[in-house]
Amino acid sequence: MFPFLKSKTQEAKIFAVSRRQFLRVTSISTTGLILGVHFAFGNNLKNQHQESLKTVFKPNAYLKIDLDGTVIIVAHRSEMGQGIRTSLPMVVAEELDADWSRVKIIQAEGNEAKYGNQNTDGSFSVRMFYKPLRQAGATAKALLIQAAANQWGVLLAQCRAENHQVINTTNGNTLDYGALAEAASQLPMPDVESLVLKNPKDFKFIGTLLPIVDNKDIVTGKAIYGMDAVMNGMKIAVIARCPVVGGKVKSFDAASAKAISGVLDVIELTSGLLPPQINVPLGGVSVVAENTWAAIKGRDALNVEWDFGPNSNFDSAKQLNEMTSSLSKKGNARMERGNVDSNLSSASHTIDYSFEAPFYAHGTIEPPAAVASVVDGKCEVLACTQHPEGAKEAVAKALKIKPENVTVNVTLLGGGFGRKSKPDFIVEAAMLSQKTGMPIKVIWTREDDIHHDFYHAQSAQNIRVGLDAQGKVTAWNHKTCFSSIVATSVVEALEPADFELGLGAVDIPYDFKNLRIETLPAKAHARIGWIRSVSNIHHSFAIGSMIDEIALARKKDAADNIIELLGNDRDLDHEGIKWDIKPYNEKKEDYPMSTGRMKNVIKLAREKSNWGKSLSGKRAQGIAFHHSFLTYVACVVEVAIDDSGTITIPEVHYAVDCGVIVNRDRVISQFEGGAAFATSLALNSAITFKNGRVAQNNFDGYQIARMPDAPKKVFVHLVESDVKPTGVGEPPVPAFIPALANALSRASGKRITKMPMMVS
Amino acid sequence: MLEKLQKCTKSTRCLLVISQQTKTNIMAEYTLTINKESKIVNVAEDTPLLWVLRDALNMKGTKFGCGRALCGACTVHLNGTAVRSCSLPVAAATSGEITTIEGLSEDGSHPVQEAWIDHIVPQCGYCQPGQIMAAASLLNNNPNPSDEDIEIAMAGNLCRCGTYTRIKEAIKTAASKS
Repeated sequence: MFPFLKSKTQEAKIFAVSRRQFLRVTSISTTGLILGVHFAFGNNLKNQHQESLKTVFKPNAYLKIDLDGTVIIVAHRSEMGQGIRTSLPMVVAEELDADWSRVKIIQAEGNEAKYGNQNTDGSFSVRMFYKPLRQAGATAKALLIQAAANQWGVLLAQCRAENHQVINTTNGNTLDYGALAEAASQLPMPDVESLVLKNPKDFKFIGTLLPIVDNKDIVTGKAIYGMDAVMNGMKIAVIARCPVVGGKVKSFDAASAKAISGVLDVIELTSGLLPPQINVPLGGVSVVAENTWAAIKGRDALNVEWDFGPNSNFDSAKQLNEMTSSLSKKGNARMERGNVDSNLSSASHTIDYSFEAPFYAHGTIEPPAAVASVVDGKCEVLACTQHPEGAKEAVAKALKIKPENVTVNVTLLGGGFGRKSKPDFIVEAAMLSQKTGMPIKVIWTREDDIHHDFYHAQSAQNIRVGLDAQGKVTAWNHKTCFSSIVATSVVEALEPADFELGLGAVDIPYDFKNLRIETLPAKAHARIGWIRSVSNIHHSFAIGSMIDEIALARKKDAADNIIELLGNDRDLDHEGIKWDIKPYNEKKEDYPMSTGRMKNVIKLAREKSNWGKSLSGKRAQGIAFHHSFLTYVACVVEVAIDDSGTITIPEVHYAVDCGVIVNRDRVISQFEGGAAFATSLALNSAITFKNGRVAQNNFDGYQIARMPDAPKKVFVHLVESDVKPTGVGEPPVPAFIPALANALSRASGKRITKMPMMVS
Repeated sequence: MLEKLQKCTKSTRCLLVISQQTKTNIMAEYTLTINKESKIVNVAEDTPLLWVLRDALNMKGTKFGCGRALCGACTVHLNGTAVRSCSLPVAAATSGEITTIEGLSEDGSHPVQEAWIDHIVPQCGYCQPGQIMAAASLLNNNPNPSDEDIEIAMAGNLCRCGTYTRIKEAIKTAASKS
């Protein structure tokens, strides 16, 4: 997702899996058949990454069949609520023709050389692994069928697999997979290209609903998250970090902390790094204690004097005002086609709005937490991480040991949304374990989480649209201003990066002949990170709202207007972008952005939502379309505003085209939940800074949607498709926000231009 | 929102006890009745029940989310009624029967747990033990809650994944079966 954050090796691995993949038997074990997916470049790829890729060719164990027939599938991506521990194993089990009740899932440790990409981010788990994991299952099945044919002395054509058995179609004899595993492990590998994958009409799992594998553990309290992880003899650490990013410890008095019973030690970690970096902890003063309560109380009792550093005057409201004012200036053109200025000056009607959105914190209900144990130069970690390989590298660097001496075990994540891509909390635990010689669990309190997150950056945008006398759009000028994620690592990064503009700004689908997208600088004074759907959040808000204003100006139905503005059915050519865009790190031709598929979901949403139904009082529907993470989403939101100005959302309709649907229920649940997540962003949440420090402390100041605030009903309408699958983790968020803004604008009669949205 | 939380307190008799987290070093022995078993712990007297459960007794089903009774992840029952264990000092929990997610049923067969499984409510699942305990408490007090009753009773339990629509449906299913 964010290639600039990765080492060359990691970046190359992203490419690797999108190329030719093949499988091979990786080891023959007396306990059964172990198969691995082996990623490799095809001969066609000759570039600078080749050298560093040699390590990727190592074999790995993805799938194992025990002698008792238990199929063990390794889940190598992090589970944070998207259901990936169920969905990817379903793909393997499908092609294997396994009995789902005999499938066991185990979680992989961080090892990208072995498993391929494990950075669970960017909504690409299914997109990247659908085909390789089908091949993994199909290869195992081919070997099991061959083993059965050999045992029976019959032709392969007389054998077929079904429900964990191979069947002799001539006489009806059967052999269980467990009985065939050992023989299968002795056979030569089939050529993966010769494997015939299932016809989708024969799918038994893919496209159906399977309950998540952790369902019962979760509802009985047995599921283990990072916060629950335990190591023998571990101590608990809570850390006082400087409230201002870049600030450092001047001095501290540990006496009153140490006076608290249970407090064992007070340890300083280096602080004050600027830019703060993605992979480095903030540092501060750590209180190590026998138990969590003692550590929390010890930290509260610390007396730390800080040197707040250069960000101590940062006032986010002031900066946002300056950013909005700057939108009147000419920006840095990042995409341009046609002639915007002359068409704006000759327009018979112009529409001009500026939009603002705040900083957001992730607010995962599980705050960051990790356990680490450093013994004899080796480090073992248990953590709720989205990116175990990144964590491994960051820990190795901080401890000055080799990455191969770090093992990162992945627990369940109590929410991720991008926060747990960053390894800072894991590195803290590892550093403290190295310093103390004891296993250390670092826990972040909620206040720590709200005060020291990697925030989604606040933004100011302006869009100016020119219309001719016939209501045709003749010019679109979009200016976007927000601090870049890159600024967390590179101090010179003052304007949005190319990839951030590729998140909803320059991939604009509308057929505007005269178009310019400009950026303006906004220096970062906090750790900027990414939250579910990233820059799509503010870009979709501004663009989707302006598209609705165009409908009003043209006196067109809002749904018809979107369809008309998309123009002819075609694949987007992205004409005018000033770099070679690779949407979501894919080649344009592999995932063409089709306006036909866009119109299709808009029509589906229109039909299913009873679009245009009559509503009395301050109630209205709003509609928006947004394509993100290569998935097509149209959204209709219905709002009601009561006399006190309280907003409720009675109904939401999503129409979604994500290609092949793997686990139908988890696709639906991502959209149900995404609507609530987007409600928080739109109506409830905002982080502000005063004197360089975050003004909110906990879920009282930083609010997220509670049940009464969230949409009452969310209907998800899926397009049935054979097109290769794309992700659904992030796409629910962007389309919802402008659909809600448009509904509120129509219900209140006043255009919503700021988040959190308010109507009174 | 605070108003809603107050309504929650009133309607479900949740005890939102905000502890005075005073600095103290006094360790003391407490006898607690947890899931019908008697447990003796030796902890600082201001320790919230949450950390007694999680650290002293290694019962990790009850989750830490906010430490200020704002998110509900730590919800347990005291005498059958939902309380936020992060803000209930251990000393205030000695006189009643405490039930945690581990003790709601022996095998996940409480009607609320079964409804949660049937509706596949969880996404990440971290808040769900607290949600389930809050829902079970609601149904103890109000066997046939309306949509509004559910919203008010559950307003103190945050779910960042946004499983609220399924939580509501699951509570209705549980109500219809119990």
